[in-house]
Amino acid sequence: MSRRQTVLRYVVLGIGALAFLFPFYYMVVGSLQTEPDPTPAGAFPSPSNLTLANYSDIDSRVDLWQGLLNSGIFTGGVIIGTVVFGLLAGYSLAVLQWRGRGVVFALALLVQVVPFQLLMIPLYVLIARDYGLADTHLGMILPFAINSTAVIVFRQYFLQLPKELFDAARIDGASELRVLWGVALPLVRPALLTVVLLSFIGPWNEFLWPFLITKEASMQPLAVSLANYISNVAATAANPFGAVLAGAVVLAGPAVALFIVFQRYFTSNDLGSGVKG
Amino acid sequence: MSTASTTRRAGGRTPARRGKLLGENPLGLLFSAPYLVFVVLVFAFPLCFAVWMSFQDYFFAAPGAQVDRPFVGLENYRQVLADPAVWRAFGNVGVFLIINVPLTVALSLVLATALDGATRFRTFLRVSYYVPYVTASVAVVGVWLFLFNGNGLVSQLLGPLAPDPAWLINSTWAMPMIALFVTWKQLGFYILLYLAALQNVPKELYESASTDGAGKVRQFFSVTMPGVRPATVLVVLLATVTGANLFTEPYLLTGGGGPNGASASPVLLMYQRGIEQGSPDVAAAIGVILVVLVLILAWLQRRFVGGEER
Repeated sequence: MSRRQTVLRYVVLGIGALAFLFPFYYMVVGSLQTEPDPTPAGAFPSPSNLTLANYSDIDSRVDLWQGLLNSGIFTGGVIIGTVVFGLLAGYSLAVLQWRGRGVVFALALLVQVVPFQLLMIPLYVLIARDYGLADTHLGMILPFAINSTAVIVFRQYFLQLPKELFDAARIDGASELRVLWGVALPLVRPALLTVVLLSFIGPWNEFLWPFLITKEASMQPLAVSLANYISNVAATAANPFGAVLAGAVVLAGPAVALFIVFQRYFTSNDLGSGVKG
Repeated sequence: MSTASTTRRAGGRTPARRGKLLGENPLGLLFSAPYLVFVVLVFAFPLCFAVWMSFQDYFFAAPGAQVDRPFVGLENYRQVLADPAVWRAFGNVGVFLIINVPLTVALSLVLATALDGATRFRTFLRVSYYVPYVTASVAVVGVWLFLFNGNGLVSQLLGPLAPDPAWLINSTWAMPMIALFVTWKQLGFYILLYLAALQNVPKELYESASTDGAGKVRQFFSVTMPGVRPATVLVVLLATVTGANLFTEPYLLTGGGGPNGASASPVLLMYQRGIEQGSPDVAAAIGVILVVLVLILAWLQRRFVGGEER
């Protein structure tokens, strides 16, 4: 490959990286400024203009810790549901022979193309009105409890394991649960992390559903309380952008950190297998 | 595929009579049961409920109260189709898709191809591309509001070239801005999909194209693009579904689909009509129309993007 092409390649890649990362840099800088400075110079503020006041400002209007806790419970519930029941389903779809297996697998694929937004009205009627689960964590978790993509990712990983492994364990008299726990699970650890990452983004970032069913501020995940702050109270704050951006940093922080630390479990191959089925 | 394996085994053993009804290993059904219940409860039933609701005069009532919700046929649909706001919202999604889908395919394919051949900084670049994808819309909307408001950084940099009124409150620019925002936010995911697809393009094809005298650009169009076509079908489908599901962006970025409905989306209308104004039946009708349109669009895309692959 010629030198000119290599340079061109990195120029394209560099422009891309800049376009993706600059808003995040600007988010952090903006959250630390005493006065919002939208001029180009404001992107490189002097240390004297920096403050943590915006963080305490947003915390006094939106309870950040409570928001993070609610986001955490919502996300944690989805991850547990997905790992436990998704693992069982993925295992039975890949390893066990039973009637209806094809139908369940087809359903898992189909579910991914049904837009959740179509279901929001009936789910709201059922969960918030009929079951009385408005303003509860359970009501928040229910529609996301088992991530279908995760079921497919698990199935894909289990399919790659040699059948003889399972047969050997069964001949030794191990029960099916024991085979799953003792033989299959240790071999699909990387899949476990991929699934945790996959099922983390959904609920942590979800806005519409928790927004619909939580009216009480103390039950709202951070994404919802921050959005309410943006659309309602921002106009009355001394430095509305500073406060909004400080809240944005707190909301984005855990997700970004998680994906940087575990980036090697979130690669094209894992995702490819998940989406291609 | 499940039935094939059961019939294959059926001839051999006689004690397997009991197993035949549920297959060789009925425990599988038990293991999948929680997921199956979940799908029925959270997808299948609400889906039917939504369709049923769109044909009734449905309204919210206190739990347990006995109320009459008569069948009204196509009345909700008639009401929806007579509403200019609904037409506008569907038109807005059209504008969104025309900008978002080609831009997404072009940018993610170019960046994925460039990244595939890169030897240095690969991890850094890959991670920086998907950071927006893993971040909450609500968080990045805050930055975009700051960047694109009347005297925000972008308007300051462009000076007199910036539109007036500013981007997000300008009826011409509001929808394209949302399309741009979503393209930017989702691009990392599609880059990962294309990266996976690029591994499946046989390297020999590039070599033989090269010996035939094809340059890099020519190779991109005659080897890479046909090679990743299945991924392109998927990217186009997913981008379309994302576009149809638009809610957070018009709700927050342009302040509730403003200015004056210029960036309202069907889902935003479903929220306003269904929850705020208490007409879930009308909202359900909008939802059914939306899904039917998406299905038609997906079928058309499969025909034209999918090419001979079908």
